[in-house]
Amino acid sequence: MGLALLIVVLKTIAIRYKDDRYNQAARFWSKLFAINFVIGVVTGIPMEFQFGTNWSQFARYTGGVIGQPLAMEGVFSFFLESAFLGLFLFGEKRLSVGMHWASAFLVFVGSWISGFFIIVTNAWMQHPVAYRVLPNGAYEVTSFWGLLTNPWGLLQYAHNMSGAVITGSFVMCAVGAFYVLENQFAEYGKVFLRVGVIVGLISCVTQIFPTGDLHGRYVAKHQPAAVAGMEGLFNSQRGAGIVLMGQPNEEKQTIDNPLVVNDVLSFLIYGTTHGEVTGLDQFPRDQWPEPLPLLFFSYHIMAGLGTYFVLLMAVAGFLLWRGKLFRTRWALWPLLLSFPLPYIANTAGWMTAEIGRQPWVVYGLIRTSDGYSKYVSAGNGLFTLLGFMGIYAVLSILFIVLVYRIIQKGPEVTGTGTASTGTSMTVA
Amino acid sequence: MMGFIWFWIVAVMMVAYVVLDGFDLGVGILHPFLARTEEEKQLMMRSIGPVWDGNEVWLLAAGGTLYFAFPLLYASAFSGFYLALMIVLWLLIMRGISIELRMQMEIGVWRAFFDGLFFLSSLLLAVFFGAALANVIRGVPLGADGYFFLPLWTNWRVGPDPGILDWYTVIGGVVALVALALHGALYLVVKTEGGLDQRSRAAARVLWIALLALTVVSLPATVFARPDTLANYQRYPFALAVPAVVLLALGGIWYFSRRSDDRRAFACSCAYLSVMLVGAAIGLYPRLLPSSTDASRDITIQKALSGPHTLHVGLAWWAFGMCLALMYFVIVYRMFKGKVSLEGGGYGH
Repeated sequence: MGLALLIVVLKTIAIRYKDDRYNQAARFWSKLFAINFVIGVVTGIPMEFQFGTNWSQFARYTGGVIGQPLAMEGVFSFFLESAFLGLFLFGEKRLSVGMHWASAFLVFVGSWISGFFIIVTNAWMQHPVAYRVLPNGAYEVTSFWGLLTNPWGLLQYAHNMSGAVITGSFVMCAVGAFYVLENQFAEYGKVFLRVGVIVGLISCVTQIFPTGDLHGRYVAKHQPAAVAGMEGLFNSQRGAGIVLMGQPNEEKQTIDNPLVVNDVLSFLIYGTTHGEVTGLDQFPRDQWPEPLPLLFFSYHIMAGLGTYFVLLMAVAGFLLWRGKLFRTRWALWPLLLSFPLPYIANTAGWMTAEIGRQPWVVYGLIRTSDGYSKYVSAGNGLFTLLGFMGIYAVLSILFIVLVYRIIQKGPEVTGTGTASTGTSMTVA
Repeated sequence: MMGFIWFWIVAVMMVAYVVLDGFDLGVGILHPFLARTEEEKQLMMRSIGPVWDGNEVWLLAAGGTLYFAFPLLYASAFSGFYLALMIVLWLLIMRGISIELRMQMEIGVWRAFFDGLFFLSSLLLAVFFGAALANVIRGVPLGADGYFFLPLWTNWRVGPDPGILDWYTVIGGVVALVALALHGALYLVVKTEGGLDQRSRAAARVLWIALLALTVVSLPATVFARPDTLANYQRYPFALAVPAVVLLALGGIWYFSRRSDDRRAFACSCAYLSVMLVGAAIGLYPRLLPSSTDASRDITIQKALSGPHTLHVGLAWWAFGMCLALMYFVIVYRMFKGKVSLEGGGYGH
C-alpha cells in the first residue's frame, strides 16, 4: 500500500517535470509491486475464509456487523484494484499518459480502500460501536455510518497507513542506497533516495505524532488493561514512569532490569505528570491480556523502532537538504540495512493490538475462547497450520529470490517484450 | 422478502464467479493438452493474464456477501467443510502463483514446474467446486446447534455418514471438470488463432459429447441422492424451463460451434453454466444448506438471515458497488478484446 502511493508519486513527478528517469523508476517499482501484489493476493484470500473455517462461533454472531465491511472490501476495493492493476501493468502502450497515471492512481485508491475496510473490521473487534443484540444472540449494526466512522478505526487507519508508507519508503531508500554505494545505476539510486527520504521522513513523523500519540491515548482510555500490559505496569501509579527496556516477570509482578524515565507515561496519556495510570492490579486475573511478556515486547519493539526511524530519517533528510546525502557513506549504510525493520515494526504493532485485546475476540463481548470452531479438532487445525506454514515458507523464498533478481537487473532493463503473461491481482 | 433478495444476490454472484473464473480454470485444465510450443503456452496464459484475477474477485465478494447476509450459513458451512476448504485455499494460492511467476525466469525447468502446478491446481479446483455444490444439494448431517463436520471421505456412500467425497459428489466434480474444460476451450476458440484455435475446437467437440452424457446422468443421480430436489419443480411448474434451457444451451454450443460462430457458442456455454446453477438454487430454495438427517435442522434463509438494518443498508451499497464493478469489467474486457498476441504491452518480467 505504501509502494502504491510511491509509484503514484513517481509517475506524477515524471509527468509534471517531464523527467523520464522518474518514469523508468516507476516501471522498475511496478515490477516489484507486481510481485508484492501476487504474494499479497494469494496469502490474503485465505483470510476472508478463515473467519468461517476457524472462527465459526465468532463469525456466526458478528456477521451482521463485520461481515459488512468485509463484503464491501471485496465489492469496492478488490474489483477496482484487480481491474486497474491489469491496465496499469499491461496498458502503458495502449493508454494515454493521463489514463496510465489514472490507472496507477486507482490501484493506489483501491489498495487504500481495502486497508480501510479491514481496519473498520478490526476496529469493531477492538472497540465495538453502533451495534445491538438480536433475539438469537447475533449482533447487528444499528448505524452503518457509526460503524464506518468508529473513532478507534480512524485513528488505527491513520497509524496503519502511515506504517505502510514507512515500509515502502524504507525499501525504496534501501535500494537507492544500494545503487549509490555500489555505484551502479547511481542516477536511479539518487532518485529513489530523494523520494524515499522525503516521503519516509513525513510518514515517520506522522507515525508517532499525531497518529501514534492519539491512538495510544485512545487505547489507554478504552482498553486500560492492554496499556498496562504494554507498558508492563503491574501496579497503578500516580506519575507513572515509562519503561524503556526490561523483562516482565509475571511471578513477582515486576520488571527486571528496568530502564525507567520517571513520570513520562502519565504525561503521555494525560498530558500531566501527575495523572494516575491504571495498573494490571486493577483487573481480575482472567482479564489480563495474555501472553503478557509477548505483549510487552511487541509494544516496545514497535515503539523503539518507530523512534529509531524518525532519527534515521531526520539525519538523512538533513543531509539530503544540505546536498550531502549521496556522498555520506556512513548515512547510506543504515539506510541500506534498515529496510527489514519497518516490516518488524508493523508486525509488532499488529501483535500489540491483537494481544492487547485478549482475552477477548470482540472486546468486552465475546471471549476468544468462545469464538473458535468447536467441531474442527485440534488435529485438523494443526494439519492445516503446518500446511500453511510450509506454503508460506516456500512463498517467502520465492519472493526474496525474485525481488533480488529485479534489484540486481536494475531499472535500466525495460523488459524482454515477449515475456510476461501478465500480472494483475487483488488485495494489498 | 429480504431473504429472497439476498438469496438470489448471493446466487447471482456465485454464477458470475463460475462463468467468469470458469473459463480461466478451463484454460488451465487444457493448458498441457493444447499448447505445443512455448509460444502457444504463453498465448494461453496471455489470454487470461489481465482478467483471471478480477474473475476470482467474484469468489471473494460472494464469500464476503455470504458472511454478512447469512452469518450462520457461512459459519456452519465453512467450518464443516474445513478440510476441503483449506485444500481449495492452498490450490488458489498455488494457481495464482503459477500464473504470475511463470514468466519471471527464463529457465525451462522453472516454467515447466509452474505449468504443471497451473494445470493441477486448475483441475482440482474445478473438481472441488463441483463436489462442493453436490455436497450442498445432497445435504450434510447438521447438528441441533447448526454445525457439522465432514471428513474428506468415509465410505463413499450417500448415507447417514457421508464424507465430502462420495460417489454422488464425485459425479458433481467430474461434471464441473468437463463443463469448465469445455467453457475454457470455447473461450480459447474466441481468443486464439491457428493451431491453438484448431486444437481448441477439436477439444470442444470431444468435451461437448462428454458433457452431454454427464448432464443426462447427473439428473437421475441427483434425484437418487436427494429425492426431494424436485419438490420445488412440482410446486412451481415454470421452473421446468430450467432443464429445457440447459438442453437448449447445450444444443446451442454444438450448433454455433459448427457454424464457427464462436462468440455465440461461448455465450451458450455461459448460459449452460448459469442455468445449471440457477436450477440447483431453485431446488434448494428456501433452504441454504439442507440436513441429510432431519429436515427440521435444515439451515434455511429464515434461520440464517442477518438483522434487517444490516440488509437494508447492504442493499444500497451493494447495488452501487456492483455498478462500479460492472463498469470496470466492461473497461478491462474492451481493452483486451480480440485475439491475443505476444506483441506489445506488459512490463516484461
